[in-house]
Amino acid sequence: MAAITPGRAYGFFTDTSVCIGCKACEVACKEWNELPGHEPAFGDGYDNTGSLDAQNWRRVQFIDNVPDETMSAGQGKAWLMMSDVCKHCKEASCMEVCPTGAIIRTEFDSVFIQPDVCNGCRNCIAACPYDVITQDEDKGVAQKCTLCYDRLQGDMEPACAKACPTESIQFGPVDELREAARQRVTDLHDQGVTEARLYGEDSDIYGGLNAFFLLMDEPEAYRLPNKENAKLPRRNNLGGYLGTLGTAVLGVLGGLIALRRRREPVAASQAEPEAGE
Amino acid sequence: MTNHWRDIRHADLILINGANPAEAHPVGFRWLMRAKLDRGAKLVHADPRFTRTSAVADHHVRIRTGTDVAYFGGLINYVLENDLYHKEYVEYATNAGLVVSEDYEFDEGMFNGFDEASGTYDTTAWAYETEGEHAKVDIDHPRSVLNLLRKHYSRYTPEMVERITGIPRDQFLEVAKLVGEMGQPDKVMTIVYAVGLTHHTTGVQLIRSGALLQLLLGNMGRPGGGMNAERGHANIQGNTDHAISWEILPGYLRIPAPGQRDIDDYMAASAPKKLHPNAANFFGENYRNFLVSLLKTFYGDKATKDNEFAFNNLPKPAQNSSWISIFDQALQGKMEGVMLSGMTATSIGPDSNQVLQALSNLKWLCVMDAFQTTSSEFWRAPDMDPAKVQTEVFMLPATHWIEKDGSFTNSGRWAQWKEQVLPPEGEARHDHWILAELFLRVRDLYRQDGGKGADLIFDIDLPYENPRKPTLDELAQEVNGKNLSTGERLETFADLKDDGTTTAGDWIYTGHYPESGNLTKRRDGIQDPDKNDPTGMGFYHNWAWSWPLNRRVMYNRASADPQGRAWDPERPGITWDAGKRSWVGDVPDYKPDAAPGADAPLPFIMTGEGTGRLFSNGVADGPFPEHYEPIESPVENPLHPNVSATPVTYQYDKQAGRPSRFGTAAEFPYVATSYRLTEHEHYVTQNVEKLVQLQPEAFVEVPAELAREKGIENGDNVRVSSRRGKLEVRAVVTKRLGPLQIDGKKIYHIGIPIHWGFVGINSGQHWLANALTPFVGDASSRTPEFKAFLVNIEKM
Repeated sequence: MAAITPGRAYGFFTDTSVCIGCKACEVACKEWNELPGHEPAFGDGYDNTGSLDAQNWRRVQFIDNVPDETMSAGQGKAWLMMSDVCKHCKEASCMEVCPTGAIIRTEFDSVFIQPDVCNGCRNCIAACPYDVITQDEDKGVAQKCTLCYDRLQGDMEPACAKACPTESIQFGPVDELREAARQRVTDLHDQGVTEARLYGEDSDIYGGLNAFFLLMDEPEAYRLPNKENAKLPRRNNLGGYLGTLGTAVLGVLGGLIALRRRREPVAASQAEPEAGE
Repeated sequence: MTNHWRDIRHADLILINGANPAEAHPVGFRWLMRAKLDRGAKLVHADPRFTRTSAVADHHVRIRTGTDVAYFGGLINYVLENDLYHKEYVEYATNAGLVVSEDYEFDEGMFNGFDEASGTYDTTAWAYETEGEHAKVDIDHPRSVLNLLRKHYSRYTPEMVERITGIPRDQFLEVAKLVGEMGQPDKVMTIVYAVGLTHHTTGVQLIRSGALLQLLLGNMGRPGGGMNAERGHANIQGNTDHAISWEILPGYLRIPAPGQRDIDDYMAASAPKKLHPNAANFFGENYRNFLVSLLKTFYGDKATKDNEFAFNNLPKPAQNSSWISIFDQALQGKMEGVMLSGMTATSIGPDSNQVLQALSNLKWLCVMDAFQTTSSEFWRAPDMDPAKVQTEVFMLPATHWIEKDGSFTNSGRWAQWKEQVLPPEGEARHDHWILAELFLRVRDLYRQDGGKGADLIFDIDLPYENPRKPTLDELAQEVNGKNLSTGERLETFADLKDDGTTTAGDWIYTGHYPESGNLTKRRDGIQDPDKNDPTGMGFYHNWAWSWPLNRRVMYNRASADPQGRAWDPERPGITWDAGKRSWVGDVPDYKPDAAPGADAPLPFIMTGEGTGRLFSNGVADGPFPEHYEPIESPVENPLHPNVSATPVTYQYDKQAGRPSRFGTAAEFPYVATSYRLTEHEHYVTQNVEKLVQLQPEAFVEVPAELAREKGIENGDNVRVSSRRGKLEVRAVVTKRLGPLQIDGKKIYHIGIPIHWGFVGINSGQHWLANALTPFVGDASSRTPEFKAFLVNIEKM
């Protein structure tokens, strides 16, 4: 790969059609980032990680749709495996709500929580639509995937992508990954794998995800918000603005009416403003 | 592997049997995925379980465990019946045209040559009809190998395949259609397998049935083809090459047998005989060179022409000494002590409870390991009463492979040198240093006190700078061998001699460490493909070194037609360059300057026939693979119910007068199969925190339908029992283990991952999966039947 250059947007293309659920990504991530992980606990046999959190920055989801019939096409359809990770959203709600400015967008366009600035307020935990972040209880700070910020600065790809044996996790400049991903979907469709689709490669999902996916089913099957729901309440949201404007107008009108009524001596003592902001 | 990992990318069709490469070989699995992604290859995974391999395969074919001979036999029948085999290849490169002796017979599950008294076949009864010294050739003869093969597999109809394997006829025919296309010269298929084929009482024949199919389709010796065993540990191939098995010497030379007084006797019983005038019979012709060079390595100046090069110092085992046999001997009280290195006997053998009893019968047990193991702590096993164990246990801290250098030989036969990463911790010593020290102290005792077999001790040559601490570099040079006259290390085993002037510690590794240096350290790879892979076929001859002679695809003469042209010019192995008068491409598995022609040597230079063997007397249980039921099976063999299981398995308990430990389907109605998970490596990773987090607790997989019947839910505790023992673990309920219809009977499989024991980080785990498995093995190799046995299951 060409040198990793500050100023360019980098991310992951995770192609779930070739994921074999080996969890090398999980282990490589923990080893590189020195995450101790949790006490070992039985989950459901294959997924004993359970969720993304402060200790698990990659997590392979297993979604079992295997039918009873003896011969079923595999192709990554019947037993879905997906290595989940922070999406590094273009419109990152965690960043929006961070009161200390701990969460920044780096020179690689990744979303990074600066541990020395984080005050542990947990706003980002509640705000993240993907439940990616939790608190590291020992350090008292919020943690999630850093896109291996330290490795990128040293011109090395993230540990998970390096460890992935089937190239399910691909790292690179986001524009190049998008191109490769669209080609991959075309190839799969040509092979008759019509379930293949991309998630987050365009602006439909939170303005675009720098860590986007090729999925083999609806986003909901992977517990991901679909494009109708993947919207941030935001300042440039015209519908939202108009709604707010409407409410404000109604509020002002209501206030004016109330003030008017206050001047009417009989009702004045009982009347409260009916609307207002 | 006949081929190698990277080569799998050249395949058009990949059959995966008895293997789960996505989980057990995730890194090598990339090449299966490359075949799929880059050339649209189809993956067909035949397995009782829908695994992480099935998840990315094109077809998952649910097959009953241990019935792959019926599957491959059905495919053999399909390609023969429909004339889809590669005729020109079969006539040129296999023994299809040889005529079998008229004694040959196969009736109701029995081949000719069976001896009731010993319960074994006389394999020499499976012979060719001869003309002079050689086998008679006539492919149209009713007893030609091809015609006998046709007859043998004509019984394996799609209906019979369905009755035995549980694969519905239509689905079988869908696979057969894909396979049938692979007999075209411009198509090639690979078969990938692992211990799911090996771990059966019919293990060798399960593998052979796949190899037969590959020979018929003309896929042996070709890039993208072959019969490819995925080896389970980093260096298990190296172990086998250097004779970890009792019945061979290094380089797959046979162990001498009692009664062999000299090398001539040994040769007569061991070396292949030339059976065709154009057979090179390279192995047979050089067997003596290899043996004498080995003896010179072992015994140095003490090996002379006059003493038959100390041939009589070699052990001549009077009885089978394979894995189960060791513990059988201990059970009988005939074993005083056992030394364990590189594994834990308590966990890895079948019938753990019997193994624990065997260990308790020992006077002493010595464990060399980097960690505490279930063997060094065996008295703590569940249901063991430590007070009753008198075995003295010595725990010698040994280095982990990460603490030493040396080579690993991978599945593709590449020996790759690695450097020491960490210095040894504490007092840990390398296993070979422990053994060297032990040997030298025993030798001192012999000097002092004398004793039986003193020659065996004093004749050993230890030409190391410090015999207490030989380096792995010294050993690698010794394995390579040298010319004793010049003192120079050899470049090829073709230079080995039988006159005592050469050495070779393992002839197949001769050439890996010539005078120019240790070739296993080479790393000229994908950093410069134009230079390092000039053919574009991915041979990368300057990356490490592969045996034999750095050849990347074995039998590669068969990748070209009789005229020396590649069967598929897009994927050449070697081709004849008439201008240069030599073979080009891969390192030829052939005389490099032997021009094609009527008198040219036949393509398979290692066999006496000169061709690949569709019919062979090299195995103990039949010249053609036949389906036999596992020793514990829920059904009778639909082919021949009177001879349901193989008649030639050695029954240890019965022979030793112990009560039977085999169960019946009436008490134990479910078929069980044991396996590994991707998150662990056998038992050692119970010491690796991150992997214990991924897979913390023992479980069994239970079919959803059966679980409903039994009221078992995901995560419930269940008791799984066989005639030999029990497991009390969690249940993972899944449709990935669907039911099968076998000969009209509904059969469920229970899946048993093996990784847990009573040592390691998660010390709350106590159950050994092998408590369930049967104490019985393959007729030829005695490899235990870990993959098919009967159990019962109940909710706790």
